[in-house]
Amino acid sequence: MSATNTMHGWTGTVLRVNLTTGSITKEPLNAEWARDYVGGRGLGVKYLYEEMEPSVDPLSPENKMIFATGPLTGTNASCGSRYMVVTKGALTNAVTTSNSGGFWGPEMKFAGYDMIILEGKAAQPSYLWVYDDRVELRDATHLWGKTVWQTEEALRAEIGVPDSIIASIGPAGENLVRFACIMNDLHRAAGRSGVGAVMGSKNLKAIALRGTGGVSLADPQAYMEGQWAMKEKLRQSPVTAEGLPMYGTEVLVNVINEHGALPTRNHQQTVFDEAENISGETLTETRLVANKACFSCTIACGRVSTLPGEASSKYSVTTNPQNWKIAGEGPEYEAAWAMGSECGVGDLDALIKANWLCNDLGMDSISFGASVAAAMELFEKGAVSQDQTEIPLEFGSAEALIAMAEKTAYRQGFGDAVAEGSKRMTENFGRPEFFMGVRGQEFAAYEARAIQGMGLGYATSNRGACHLKAYTVAAEILGLPRQMDPRATEEKAEITKVFQDATSTVDATGLCQFLTFGVGLEEMLPQLSAATGVAYTLEELVHIGERIWNLERLWNERAGFTGKDDTLPKRILEEPIPSGPAKGEVNRLGEMLPEYYELRGWEKDGKISEAKKKELGL
Amino acid sequence: MKQLRVLTEKCTSCIQCELACAFVQTGTFQPSRSVIRVHIFDEQAVYAPYTCFQCDEAWCLTACPVNAIGIDPDTDAKVVMDDVCVGCAVCTVACPYGTMFYNPDSHKAFKCDLCGGDPACVKSCPTGALEYVDMDQPDWLASWADKVNRGFQHMQDEEGGNA
Repeated sequence: MSATNTMHGWTGTVLRVNLTTGSITKEPLNAEWARDYVGGRGLGVKYLYEEMEPSVDPLSPENKMIFATGPLTGTNASCGSRYMVVTKGALTNAVTTSNSGGFWGPEMKFAGYDMIILEGKAAQPSYLWVYDDRVELRDATHLWGKTVWQTEEALRAEIGVPDSIIASIGPAGENLVRFACIMNDLHRAAGRSGVGAVMGSKNLKAIALRGTGGVSLADPQAYMEGQWAMKEKLRQSPVTAEGLPMYGTEVLVNVINEHGALPTRNHQQTVFDEAENISGETLTETRLVANKACFSCTIACGRVSTLPGEASSKYSVTTNPQNWKIAGEGPEYEAAWAMGSECGVGDLDALIKANWLCNDLGMDSISFGASVAAAMELFEKGAVSQDQTEIPLEFGSAEALIAMAEKTAYRQGFGDAVAEGSKRMTENFGRPEFFMGVRGQEFAAYEARAIQGMGLGYATSNRGACHLKAYTVAAEILGLPRQMDPRATEEKAEITKVFQDATSTVDATGLCQFLTFGVGLEEMLPQLSAATGVAYTLEELVHIGERIWNLERLWNERAGFTGKDDTLPKRILEEPIPSGPAKGEVNRLGEMLPEYYELRGWEKDGKISEAKKKELGL
Repeated sequence: MKQLRVLTEKCTSCIQCELACAFVQTGTFQPSRSVIRVHIFDEQAVYAPYTCFQCDEAWCLTACPVNAIGIDPDTDAKVVMDDVCVGCAVCTVACPYGTMFYNPDSHKAFKCDLCGGDPACVKSCPTGALEYVDMDQPDWLASWADKVNRGFQHMQDEEGGNA
């Protein structure tokens, strides 16, 4: 492919590593696919769709993992930090696209690669070391068993390059915890759907990167004008200029709680009376040390928190993060919800510690917290006894939450049951109705009965319940781009589709979704076109998002999913909210789903129509 | 004379300054070519941008065997003259602050030249952690050192407490 050497934005090279054979190859990026799917989530899914049979066991060597950046990853576009892990999810059996920031994605670009594709399974624990064009698969037997933070420290010392950037799995990934994540830069996570378990199943402990190259631009002047314009808009948006920098994502705890939409005690209630204690305001006033930005981010929503004095030793753990007594990142809003109100825990210090444990052990704090919450309901309703759980798994018990973090990552005792995720766990104990999620993945921190559009978004999300695929909370609660009534179902099908498609495009560029609180695709367009030299139009960008969404759906169809899976738990559809501002509400998915299918141009049963496939070139 | 001033407490570690610096020099985003570097001390939550503060002693200039480093009269910046530099890299050893760099592709030394009086890093900083202001002496280094030192002291105390 002659275009390789002249590509801008993209590096033009894909690194392919077969862990079974140890073969390492570099191949030109498929320029046609790059144009049609951009990068990141889009390009990763396209490669996975073309290369892999979707029916494979996600934890088998036949599953592939793709680490994909976008053309704006590694640029100074705020916030061009993102990479996407695309694979078949261990938690969901569906296609998953787990996104992370920090500095790892840009370093991959500087080393010279748009994507790293991993195949097969290593015979022994291994790590991949990429230093520009030098790529080595090395033994990691001595690292196996180490936590994420220990691994970063030991590996960086071993390779002797202080500026190296590391992504790794912790004990949770090694032990195939179904919601294990991949951590980079100590505290940043490609969090959901069990991508860390997939990496663990391949015997791959870590990928360490150092890149000294750069990202080139097709039209530097036009690009620079575009990025200045976007940064100016971000400076003017109340969310990106004030809310997120001041309180981080945790700013949402009080806001969502006041709407009666903060799921509490495994969705048995939707108002948490201790919300103030775990809010962004409290975190900022009592435990915040600094804001931390990802690569090139002008928002800097990251929270560095601390546990001073007695708070540090309040809950004892055996894997005490000794190196990080002073400060660590988080918790973010979703983590504070899952481990906080969903488990009935109102002690911020417990959440900070549990969040650090999740990061250090390499677990998705959302699915972990939500699975513990489901276990607590099993305990409350007598479906499991204290003989089985060993500790009283009572709602509100911070001790139980923290103990379960360690037990789950190491699959000790009842942790072995929790490690399967709440869908499998509740089925195993005969109470599947306590699973709060879609396609095997637990909900995020927004009650679908109180925010109707989120119900449709959860039900139709290709990677299982997720807040990052169509964040209609922006419109329904925050009034962006316009205020919609969260209790109404009118227009929700349309806004869900629009958000799903636009978000897919943002995820393909390498930019962070948080930008969309302040800017839209029209602000990203000039940078994308000037960086890549491809004269995209706004219509094309929307079209690309729709293409990505449909390709993911098509992949899932081939993996065995149908329209019947576009549904919500019985509690959300039939049990009215017992109290609070949204009292009496259920999610009226039936009013939205047929309209959504129609807008999508799909069949009445949710199957993608031949006409739509043809239109999108699938 | 104006000088570059670093306010570490405002830095969030986004490295926009590194990207701006690399862009000015190479037209690409290549942080390995930046002459301003943000040092990230995760354990202390300290983020410290660090670059040449154009010291009066100018060891780089003194050490250069071919007189390839001069002083810009407008900005007081010590500037490498590419056509004179022979790439011996003695300046990178002479500089006590580690702010002289060597480009393995062009075989030349390179350093901060204050962008001729309009530093790109300052313009790029979203939080105002970098300023280009009139100062009598480069006192910003003191605050930088103090902050790092505090983190180090804290670490020492913790280690001592555990022993």
